[in-house]
Amino acid sequence: MNQPAGKPSLRDAIKDASMQKQKDMMAGHFDRLTSSHETGAKVCSTFVPGNLNELIMCFDMVNNLPEVNAIQSGLRGKSGAYVMEAERNGHSEDVCTYVKSDIGMMARGNIGPNGKEMPKPDMLLLSYTGCFTFLKWFELLREQYKCPTVFLQTPYMADGKITPNMIQYMVKQLKEDVIPTMEKVSGVKFDIDRLRENLRQSAKAEDDLVYILQSAKNKPSPIDAYFGGIYYIGPIFGAFRGTQDAIDYYRFLREEVDERLKLGLGPVTPEGPMEEEKYRLVVEGPPNYTHFRQFWKMFYEEGATVVASSYTKVGGTYDFGFRHDPDRPLETLAEYCLNVYTNRSLPMRIDMLVNYINEYEADGLLVNSIKSCNSFSAGQLMIMREVEKRTGKPAAFIETDLVDPRYFSAANVKNRLESYLQMVEQKRSGASKGVAA
Amino acid sequence: MKTFVGIDLGSTTTKAVLMDENEMILGRGITNSRSNYETACRVATQEATVDARFTLFRREFDAKAADAAKVTEFLDALERAFRLEQFIEQLDDLEATCIEQVKGDRFEKDADGVKQSLAEVFRRLRIEAVEMYAPGADRKSDFFRDIAGSRYLALAEEVARDAGLPYDLLLNVYDKSIIAVENRPPSGSLSDKFNRAIDRVAGKDSEFGSDMKSPIERALDIELEETYLVGTGYGRVTLPFSKEHIRSEILCHGLGAHMMYPKTRTVLDIGGQDTKGIQVDANGIVDNFQMNDRCAAGCGRYLGYIADEMNMGLHELGPLAMKSGKPARINSTCTVFAGAELRDRLALGEKREDILAGLHRAIILRAMSILSRSGGVADEFTFTGGVAKNEAAVRELRKLVYENYGEVTININPDSIYTGALGGAEFARRAAEGRVEGVAA
Repeated sequence: MNQPAGKPSLRDAIKDASMQKQKDMMAGHFDRLTSSHETGAKVCSTFVPGNLNELIMCFDMVNNLPEVNAIQSGLRGKSGAYVMEAERNGHSEDVCTYVKSDIGMMARGNIGPNGKEMPKPDMLLLSYTGCFTFLKWFELLREQYKCPTVFLQTPYMADGKITPNMIQYMVKQLKEDVIPTMEKVSGVKFDIDRLRENLRQSAKAEDDLVYILQSAKNKPSPIDAYFGGIYYIGPIFGAFRGTQDAIDYYRFLREEVDERLKLGLGPVTPEGPMEEEKYRLVVEGPPNYTHFRQFWKMFYEEGATVVASSYTKVGGTYDFGFRHDPDRPLETLAEYCLNVYTNRSLPMRIDMLVNYINEYEADGLLVNSIKSCNSFSAGQLMIMREVEKRTGKPAAFIETDLVDPRYFSAANVKNRLESYLQMVEQKRSGASKGVAA
Repeated sequence: MKTFVGIDLGSTTTKAVLMDENEMILGRGITNSRSNYETACRVATQEATVDARFTLFRREFDAKAADAAKVTEFLDALERAFRLEQFIEQLDDLEATCIEQVKGDRFEKDADGVKQSLAEVFRRLRIEAVEMYAPGADRKSDFFRDIAGSRYLALAEEVARDAGLPYDLLLNVYDKSIIAVENRPPSGSLSDKFNRAIDRVAGKDSEFGSDMKSPIERALDIELEETYLVGTGYGRVTLPFSKEHIRSEILCHGLGAHMMYPKTRTVLDIGGQDTKGIQVDANGIVDNFQMNDRCAAGCGRYLGYIADEMNMGLHELGPLAMKSGKPARINSTCTVFAGAELRDRLALGEKREDILAGLHRAIILRAMSILSRSGGVADEFTFTGGVAKNEAAVRELRKLVYENYGEVTININPDSIYTGALGGAEFARRAAEGRVEGVAA
């Protein structure tokens, strides 16, 4: 189908080699999913935060992520129609648009980004429970597919720490509920050594991912840790963690980043390498996917690079030392689920963002508040205030949506972003005046 | 003389402020934004320049310590004469454009008749124009389109009837021409128009002697050099300024409010399509801001819509709401629901003034929420934008600010519509001094 005129197309964007590689990997994965009825592979639908890919692979199952499908629909300009389809079927305007995009896509034949029909899941594995909508979403999917559903309850880190009880509670669920169901659905016996091997592979890729994300501490930053970061997290937050493909991809990406570092280059944007790094920002919240390129352009046109973001931690937080540990296979899966960004208490999120602003020498915090995501948005204003207070750096708020194009107002976003960047500029010159005086 | 220009390209109107080197406002100009931003900016700037000339005239007379009342009377007359000249110049343009439109199959039979009728309509318009700009005459608008349009339509109907021509032929040429005329950048020399205006009021037969002429001529000799210009406008993709001449409108509003009231710490701006809460520091530098998102509920447009629904003028809403003794409880400021809600309540027998008072309160409640998200209301608090002219909105704001934040000085400037442009002009002045983004580098 032709893109409507004026709609930003991802097709003609300039991509660095790693982006192309990532795209090919994702395409390969969608082919695996849509050919599963031919290959006989069983499909396990699960969510990005706390997804247990290493475990899923132990049962030769393919991992299907409905949020990623919604993101793909958003990037391809299809989510608007899907969202409206879901609304026609009775889902209200305020419901999470990932859900509505997914439901609408199913209603319209469930065609994946490769143009083929997406498979029916053989099981549903809900391993992140911090988002209430996820529960409801899987209820809908269960109703639709009538397949076994497993619910791994992850305790919220309300007190800011992981206790032995939390781990025990989760390991018990893994042993008594999750693993037996997976064995039953797949017909494959659980082999803990296979899991250990997968976890070992995960940790290797995780080391490189952390190196890549932390390369943004350099000036200029060789990466954009939000818009570019979304490409970088694709494989590890999805179906590739624990695979040799992921290890290869992150090694390749690391080399690419090293090369840019050596040459003192900034990130690669869809219009080529970014020229001058004028602003270094930390961003909280997910991006908008329906106008992804237009949104990104508003940043790089002003010389703004995102040096750290919370969104790139929703599928796992690695920069404070956590790695999957093959010696404690089930415990490490529990810790991984507990550690994802959205499972952290608000004070923990504030600590993280403050740390990013300081460690990455950022100019301030920008919050992208998502209209249809209460789970992310609740508390963001308080987070913003607190981060401002503790860092003394200016912060600002913009509002968009995940995949509902109706909630992206370019003029409004541009107005706020430009105001914010000029505010940063003013503060800076004010500060330098203070120093000089 | 060096001048610094700030232009605020708003959704409904475009405002310009001309400032001198001593941070004094020389002139202000306003025009409707049209769909042609470049013209809107040129018209607003020219209007500000005209206003600046009058400031210079006053300065010349002040220096001579002439009779103040007489000077005021003279300058008022001069302004009316100047506006008349300006109006006639645009009428000439409109007439010429209308005549050019008389072509094609449609006019095959009646071309000459239409041209004669046009000549008659414009002859009468010119006669009326003198009355329109007579002392004490009341003009409903200062925009050419509004003044010329309504009279053209009335006169064309009469003339067409008398000539036995279909009225729609005259309507057609007008419709085709007015947009072109309106979108044409202002032409004709300003000093020529001033000179003609002076001849009208200080000529041989005038009540003012020709001795009034020389201060005016001296002031006209002062060259107004546009040293630097800063433009601002609501998140537009294209502004008719280059990048280094653009500042965010939030920053411009913050600085503009600071210029008007240096103790300002919080600014509320309710414009046509957005509401902004801005916190500024002691130098007018923005610390924090919040604004409405995609939805313009509770902004100026909402009031415009209500006025249309009630078949009232926008400026009549506030005074009627002030008469309410028992404001209705209305929570929604959704423009889409407003019409239905209004009709429902009227059908239930609620009084118009009570409904209006409730609506004004709802708008201010929404603004209070934006303000609280931006960091609250600090002393002093400056309220700007078109809605600041609405007394019922101001009354609710005072009440709610007092209830939530206690005793706070609330500033409302009669020229608050120019706040953004004023901030822009000050940014321009600072930029010309080589200061970075408004603060000494």
